[in-house]
Amino acid sequence: MPVLEIRNLRKAYRDTIAVDDISFTVQKGEIVGLLGPNGAGKTTTINMVLGVLEPSGGSVKIDGIDIAESRSAAITRTNFSAVYAHLPGNLTVLQNLRIFSLLYDVPHPQDRIEEVIEEYDLEKFRHTKAGLLSSGEQTRLGLAKAMLNNPALLLLDEPTASLDPSTARIVRERIQALSAKKESGVLWTSHNMQEVEAVCDRVLFLSHGKILLSGDPRVLPQQHGKANLEELFITVAREPLSLEL
Amino acid sequence: MNLRHSYAVFLRYMTLLFGSPQRLFQIFIWGALDVVLWGFLTKYLTEIGGAGFGIVPTLLGAVILLDFAARAHQGTSTPALEDIWSNNLLNYFASPLSVGEYVVGLVGSSIVTSTFSAIVMVAIAYLVFGFSFAAVGPSLLLFLITLFFFGISLGVFGASIVLRFGPSGEWWVWPMTALLSPLMGVFYPISVLPQWMQFFSALLPPTYVFEGLRAILLQGSTDSRGLIIGLILSVVYILVAQFVFVRVYRAVVRNGLLARYSAESL
Repeated sequence: MPVLEIRNLRKAYRDTIAVDDISFTVQKGEIVGLLGPNGAGKTTTINMVLGVLEPSGGSVKIDGIDIAESRSAAITRTNFSAVYAHLPGNLTVLQNLRIFSLLYDVPHPQDRIEEVIEEYDLEKFRHTKAGLLSSGEQTRLGLAKAMLNNPALLLLDEPTASLDPSTARIVRERIQALSAKKESGVLWTSHNMQEVEAVCDRVLFLSHGKILLSGDPRVLPQQHGKANLEELFITVAREPLSLEL
Repeated sequence: MNLRHSYAVFLRYMTLLFGSPQRLFQIFIWGALDVVLWGFLTKYLTEIGGAGFGIVPTLLGAVILLDFAARAHQGTSTPALEDIWSNNLLNYFASPLSVGEYVVGLVGSSIVTSTFSAIVMVAIAYLVFGFSFAAVGPSLLLFLITLFFFGISLGVFGASIVLRFGPSGEWWVWPMTALLSPLMGVFYPISVLPQWMQFFSALLPPTYVFEGLRAILLQGSTDSRGLIIGLILSVVYILVAQFVFVRVYRAVVRNGLLARYSAESL
């Protein structure tokens, strides 16, 4: 059973169609990259999976549970980290993790909080207010929060956007390690094509709300006559009709 | 209903409150200031006018009860505003937290803040002006419940405004109790109001509390019917406020404002 199953998902705002009848799955142990230019519908898709945006049509199932029928049960199996959703800056690292461990029904929260603090190198910041952390440290805190409940589905919206190359690599390795345990699936958006090529098992190219291409990021560029993923991305963004589909 | 989720919302605000002297201070200061101002005013009026009725208990008692309702209202709205100010609503509603659990967390926060505020106001009124609610008798409990429910309903309604309009909605939230106070008959019987204003007064639960307070202190009589009407109305207000909050939540999830409310507030 896929950890995420999206069927004919659609979101329309009056005359604008943000997501246009997309379907895909994410399996346990798989990292799927959701790529596309700004406004392609990536964040809209993630927001619908998180239940903070109601689809105009279609369905979202997390670990087999339809989010429209049983939102809390479905969302308990997921978690997310996004550059635009930092944790409250007026609480400390420890206070934030404690509150979100309650919200995600984390068993043995104290032990789990200590684990993620160590894993994301937040030990010396445990009593520091989140707002005083650098953007990279805040991203690590967001990732620590996203890992609190060992989610079956992890949604990452540009998780390494504000990290230095060394920290970004460590984060990538941890998420790959999580995926390698075959207990979680990851949906990952990024504009860093080298990172996507290194991390993702499969990518989906979104353009104007539709999935234009999908496949192995290491093979896909050659299949479409491009030198690398970045060149393919630019073609999708600028001249999607020129692609041989 | 998972009360652990509500406790998380409650804990978040309590952590902010007790970790910040400024936030803690604002819970007490406005009520205390009102008691001091009105206490000295009533004392002065008694001295110069030799008022033949219990001006201190009627005015000071009314001020304390009005402030109690205002604290219950703001105690519910302020945690929602804190979530808006710190961009936390997306984190909350992308978690397993339900709308009902969120509202219960807000109400829990309000119970703590309004109780603390009431204790300080009553203590100052007693210690400085010799005022006591003892003369009000058991009706006081009904007064407090009615005002608390009404304050909570205003608070939940305020949280709906914040959810719909984002940070700019706060300017509608703060003055809600003050805007309605002329209709509540806090310091005067509603019979002095024009007929059309009396109609709206009759729809507000606090009107029955303040009329009841004056009836007890000035005439020594208890208007049981009025008290029950006020209590029933306050329960209706809570149900309506919860209904409005749920409808607004569904609307902002449908139209994308919950995910994009920061842009909406610009």
